[in-house]
Amino acid sequence: MTKIIFIDSQGEKKSIEVENGLTVMEGAVQNNIPEIDADCGGSMACATCHVYVQDDWYDKLNKCEDAEQDMIDMAFEPKKNSRLSCQIIVNENLEGLVVTTPKQQN
Amino acid sequence: MIKTDVLIIGAGPVGLFAIHQLGIKGLKCEVIDNLDKAGGQCIELYPDKPIYDIPAVPKCNGKSLTDDLMKQIKPFKAGFHFNERVQEVKEDAKNWKITTNLGKSFLSPNIIIAGGVGSFEPRRLPLKELEKFENKSVFYAVRNKENLKNKNIMIFGGGDSALDWALELSKQNKVTLVHRRNEFRGAPHTLSELQDLRSKNKISIKTPFQIEKINTGDQLKSVTIKSEDGNSEDIQTDIILGFFGLIMQLGPIADWGLNMNKKTIDVNTENFETNKKGIFAVGDICNYPGKLKLILSGFHEAALASVECFKRARPNEKFRFQFTTSSKEIQERLGVKND
Repeated sequence: MTKIIFIDSQGEKKSIEVENGLTVMEGAVQNNIPEIDADCGGSMACATCHVYVQDDWYDKLNKCEDAEQDMIDMAFEPKKNSRLSCQIIVNENLEGLVVTTPKQQN
Repeated sequence: MIKTDVLIIGAGPVGLFAIHQLGIKGLKCEVIDNLDKAGGQCIELYPDKPIYDIPAVPKCNGKSLTDDLMKQIKPFKAGFHFNERVQEVKEDAKNWKITTNLGKSFLSPNIIIAGGVGSFEPRRLPLKELEKFENKSVFYAVRNKENLKNKNIMIFGGGDSALDWALELSKQNKVTLVHRRNEFRGAPHTLSELQDLRSKNKISIKTPFQIEKINTGDQLKSVTIKSEDGNSEDIQTDIILGFFGLIMQLGPIADWGLNMNKKTIDVNTENFETNKKGIFAVGDICNYPGKLKLILSGFHEAALASVECFKRARPNEKFRFQFTTSSKEIQERLGVKND
């Protein structure tokens, strides 16, 4: 289990435990994180599991592939530190990862 | 008013296979979909992406899967109603009366909701104040470019639609193309054409910029765009075009009194009926313990729902389970010629 911290668009912090090997999106869905929709179920086809990764964490994650960047183009208010949480696979090195959810997913 | 045995909402792969399962039981279907063609998410979101988990089909893609399903259901002559969305569902004795946003109505004892995650609508720009200018000076599709003549146009987006329209409209308009990062996603020839126009000053490209605010009187006057590092520019604009693809919206389904779990509909796993008799949910939109959002799961769900649909549409007939390999009746319905 790895601790992932979600900060919602209002600044509310929620810490969840996610099984290693699952994606951050799956962890969010299992733990009812409100601002993650994940409409397509993780097939990188919808950009509704969009998160902002806290800057010091961004470079520690697996690289954001072109197809993911293309999908982030469609997201609500994308930023440089935007990722799709369905593409971040949880492992023990991500203990304490902090992501912020946007105020809207579409 | 169209009377039918089953009304299917959604022409994605699961809705299409439902036609097959109902058809071999001798039931007639009508299908409504908000898109302009069959295929649902498969065709709209990933027509070219390979799919490897359809049983006995080692590899296919959204387009070929849809084409093959259409071929498979051809004998059943289902009625398709594209570019329409179901607006209202009302109980009418033992039937359901269904009305679309275009005012078309249907009467059926069964409704199968195979709606994926809802109907597709364009993704909008994030500014609330743009709403009241929508379809006046803010558009998410171009219907007739003649109407845009002599206007200053700002296009948002970095994909094929944004680029194609930027190239096309730059022949007749002053165009500013705004994208949140420096990289565009488009065919190589499109990208080189874009660079060519840029070097000849026939198009203005602003990256990495996003919309910040609009400045208006009665009409749109200008748009302020801003980059993440704080640069901002105000650009005189008459028309805004946004191309951010499509998003799925649940829409009116949420108001039909069905037991919902977030954006999904609770069903039982015996016949995939919802809390309303005669309304079924299958595919990505249904929810039950252990649900997987796989196309193959949707096929199974549709098969089981079709049995209950038969019982409701033919209350005086006994349901007899039959195999396509051996049933003369099914083979006749499929139009198979036997020696």
